[in-house]
Amino acid sequence: MTPRQRQRAIRGSLYVLLIAAVAAALLFADWASIQRNFFRWDIAVEMFPEVLTRFAVNTLIYTLVAFVLGLVLALILALMRLSPVGPYRWVATAYVEFFRSVPALVTILLVNFGIPLAFGRRVPGGLLGIAAVGLGIVAAAYMAETIRAGIEAVPRGQMEAARSLGMRPSQAMFSIILPQAFRIIIPPLTNEFVLLIKDTSLLFVVGTTPLTRELTKFGRDTMQTLGNATPMVVAAFIYLVITLPLTYLVRRLEKRGARGR
Amino acid sequence: MAVDRTAPPIQIIGLGKKFGELEVLKGIDMQVNAGEVVCVIGPSGSGKSTLLRCVNRLEEPTSGRILIEGVDMTDPDVDIDRLRTRIGMVFQHFNLFPHLTVLDNLTIAQRKVLKRSKHEAREIAVANLERVGLIDKIDEYPNRLSGGQQQRVAIARALSMKPDMMLFDEPTSALDPELIGEVLDVMRRLAQDGMTMMVVTHEMGFAREVADRVVFMDGGVIVEEGPPKDVLSNPKHERTRRFLSMIL
Ligand SMILES: Nc1ncnc2c1ncn2[C@@H]1O[C@H](COP(=O)(O)OP(=O)(O)O)[C@@H](O)[C@H]1O
Ligand SMILES: [Mg+2]
Repeated sequence: MTPRQRQRAIRGSLYVLLIAAVAAALLFADWASIQRNFFRWDIAVEMFPEVLTRFAVNTLIYTLVAFVLGLVLALILALMRLSPVGPYRWVATAYVEFFRSVPALVTILLVNFGIPLAFGRRVPGGLLGIAAVGLGIVAAAYMAETIRAGIEAVPRGQMEAARSLGMRPSQAMFSIILPQAFRIIIPPLTNEFVLLIKDTSLLFVVGTTPLTRELTKFGRDTMQTLGNATPMVVAAFIYLVITLPLTYLVRRLEKRGARGR
Repeated sequence: MAVDRTAPPIQIIGLGKKFGELEVLKGIDMQVNAGEVVCVIGPSGSGKSTLLRCVNRLEEPTSGRILIEGVDMTDPDVDIDRLRTRIGMVFQHFNLFPHLTVLDNLTIAQRKVLKRSKHEAREIAVANLERVGLIDKIDEYPNRLSGGQQQRVAIARALSMKPDMMLFDEPTSALDPELIGEVLDVMRRLAQDGMTMMVVTHEMGFAREVADRVVFMDGGVIVEEGPPKDVLSNPKHERTRRFLSMIL
């Protein structure tokens, strides 16, 4: 066999394998049961519009507050990691390492149960506050590294040009370096936003009320009430509708960035 | 910090610079007087850029002093940012701000550092763009310009601070040969207008024609300096002769 023939044979058998797998699935799965338990049109329809107007909106609001707080915190951490003052660097490094190593769930629980014990008061803002602080703390650890990488990707000459024009280090950082750094890191930051959307599903552990639930909790509650998995499928579908355009956007931006350089 | 306009713009006294163990500048003494154009030449790695960068303290000198209009640049208590506005700097790789338009490149430091009004900063920017012949590019972004145009914008940006002196670090070395002329033309006119200039360059034609003095550096010391016709046409030192024969 020539290499080309061999390649063809491999391709062919891959197709055969795929078709066999699909056929087996079609043959052995209980399609009536799947349809009955996962794809009940009447149940799905019944969930609208609340699943969108309330629960998808809740998910997005939790994501947004966590992202904004996380971003501010991340910027501070990134600047600390680049600081000439040792202790700032150490604190920031410890923070990043800690919160990247600990499950987000643990951090959320620590915030929810630990803060009242440590400070004698709950996080303000109810679940929204927990979302912002708990998820924001975690997101900040990841985004701090992203921002630092972005700052370091800006050529050194930019800082030198800014300083030679008489700008103070902070002026140069905020009006020259950071605008360029953020342009570089829009794709990874968008990725972080997508991860955060999914992480809001962890918020159920701190307890929710019927109106403050996000998508996953709402889907799960409805699933358990009805004894049918359709609500979870609807929830999954909505996640998909929200995140797919974002991931597509990231890919577009990354391509453009790659071409721009 | 009284700026003494009668003091020479740049006075370098016993300047030394080490990068770790590497001694790059070994006691440089030189002076640039008001309105003078001094070209610094020398082989690659001889410390020309380091010397220039020490003048506005982009590099910290290890020893010696630098007086800018009589003010000690190396004094830790000096308002370095204020002093830097007196010194324009032009880099080999232009270092324009790519996220800003040409106009904003020229106004941002005027606004943020000198606190000029938006209107005044714009007027000054326009005047300097006309000076370098690029007024029609005022709203472009830097990446839409040729290398020569970018370097002219960089010169206009430095001039917009109304500095008393200009430092050039191989301003044409990153340019395609056909774009070098337009940048040298701008610099030549700047010299005619009486700007004090310290220019690191490999353009011997420019040095011969425009420089009042040429300084030849090698191995972190000044080997020879004097009028261009002496240093370039009739060098006293063997090292200068060898360098000139290599690049000509
Ligand atoms: N930031 C730095 N760290 C370490 N070494 C440096 C640094 N900058 C320059 N050097 C070294 O100093 C020497 C002189 O460099 P430079 O001033 O750029 O020379 P020139 O401009 O004459 O080519 C070179 O050997 C260079 O490698
Ligand atoms: Mg150099």
